[in-house]
Amino acid sequence: MKITKDQVSHVADLARLTINEQEQELFTKQLNDILMYMDMLNSVDTTNVEPMTHAMEGTEAFREDVVRSSLPLDAVLANAPDDDGASFKVPKIIE
Amino acid sequence: MEYEPVIGLEVHAQLKTNTKIFCGCSTAFGAPPNTHTCPVCLGMPGVLPVLNRTVVEYAVKMALATHCTINHVSEWARKNYFYPDLPKGYQISQYDRPLAERGYVDLDINEEGKRVNITRIHMEEDAGKLIHDESAPVSYVDLNRAGVPLIEIVSEPDMRSPEEGAAYLRRLHEILVYLEICDGNMEEGNFRCDANVSLRPKGEPAFGTRTELKNMNSFRNVQRALEYEIRRQQYVLESGGTVIQETRLWDDARGTTLPMRGKEEAHDYRYFPDPDLVPVTVADEWIDEIRRTLPELPREKRERFIREYEIPAYDAGVLTASRAIADYYEQVATRCGKPKAASNWVMGDILGHIKEDKVEMEDCPITAADLGNLVRLIDDGTISGKMAKDVFEEMWSSGEKPETVIKKRGLVQITDAGALEAVVDEVIAANPAQVEQFRGGKEKVFGFFVGQVMKKTKGQASPGLVNEILKRKLSGS
Repeated sequence: MKITKDQVSHVADLARLTINEQEQELFTKQLNDILMYMDMLNSVDTTNVEPMTHAMEGTEAFREDVVRSSLPLDAVLANAPDDDGASFKVPKIIE
Repeated sequence: MEYEPVIGLEVHAQLKTNTKIFCGCSTAFGAPPNTHTCPVCLGMPGVLPVLNRTVVEYAVKMALATHCTINHVSEWARKNYFYPDLPKGYQISQYDRPLAERGYVDLDINEEGKRVNITRIHMEEDAGKLIHDESAPVSYVDLNRAGVPLIEIVSEPDMRSPEEGAAYLRRLHEILVYLEICDGNMEEGNFRCDANVSLRPKGEPAFGTRTELKNMNSFRNVQRALEYEIRRQQYVLESGGTVIQETRLWDDARGTTLPMRGKEEAHDYRYFPDPDLVPVTVADEWIDEIRRTLPELPREKRERFIREYEIPAYDAGVLTASRAIADYYEQVATRCGKPKAASNWVMGDILGHIKEDKVEMEDCPITAADLGNLVRLIDDGTISGKMAKDVFEEMWSSGEKPETVIKKRGLVQITDAGALEAVVDEVIAANPAQVEQFRGGKEKVFGFFVGQVMKKTKGQASPGLVNEILKRKLSGS
């Protein structure tokens, strides 16, 4: 076993996902299969290989520091579940 | 048992760029809520962040100024957590390959000084701002600040007292402001600090359990929070308890630290490389180019002022408090050729008026050249120091040149010894009683004679010359 049911439940919790008992079992098994496959890949000797973090290496992709117009406020708030005409309105999250 | 505090500090500095780190929205402070936002900083699906070149340039500047090693390749990582001020559900930051590592700053405290090592400097985006409703259970989200560039500067746990912590912060602040890459305004939140504190029995090499302090928005509060937390931990340990590793918030009004709620504490950010951003490549040529633009830093400037202008360390400290003051002083000193006199005028008169009238050094109504000329006019005897004070006042309020003010007021110092001797003779002849007193040993009367001469000359006599002539005449020669 590479990952336990408790770990799966913890990660689901962090990701704000509600999963039932059966799903916990199912995802634990599926994640284990994936992690076992990673183990198989790990058997390849990569001693002198730099880890790849991106498909395009060594590319410079900069933007110059020049202001561009922002969105109009009505467009900014268009998809908000709730707003006061200026800010997004959310349930209070601090004591 | 005697305990030794161990302190490490994390500083977040907002970089003074025109635009956000990954989009072209303005970073200007104080705009109406959400008017500086776009699909990228709002975290809309399908958008791509593009890195602002100036952010890297500024971060490299700070890294060079603090003697860090710059990684030629550094990476972006996603730090995952949910909070309403973070629209994407993750913050783009740097994790295991930061921009720069292993630097230091030197503090001028105690006799021997103190070196504080810097673990790393990395770039990241700021979150938005939450305003909590006073009466209803709602909060308002303003995302103007979301995506504003930050650098995080992490120190080693090298500090051993709240004073060292405060001195380290002041040093970082001073460098950032000198480099002109951060406004350094703690109240506006563009220079923020978190602290890690633990205690250990003196002499013990291992660290104790630490707590993390947040929410300190001034240098003074950082020092107060550290002092309080050290006392609290000492009390816990001395009463047989154990310190719990937790995040505590500084409560300014109560002067205490209080634990944050457990939930927000889950430091389980599941960092992973951000697939939307290519690694940041910083070639040696670019580093060298940036290095050439580095200004003289405050500590070096102070040392040069002491050496070059032969002014006291105290003066050098005051005069290098900002680049604007230092530049102004240097121009005055060069113009008049009297560095110490220049220092007195800038420290006393200029900075005093600046503070009183609440103006910025940059908006000083007296140009450095004019003040330099004023000092020169005293030095060559054209006007007395006393007259110069009046001339200064008028220059301050009218912005006129010293020569203009002097001409307008007819303020020319009488330096003609023959003319002054005549006045002195008159004064002596008119006051035989006082002359008797003086010759009888009552030296205080000397001031009376000076006053009389000044009165007759409408304050225009050279004080040095008056003293000299009076002394000679009164002693009977």
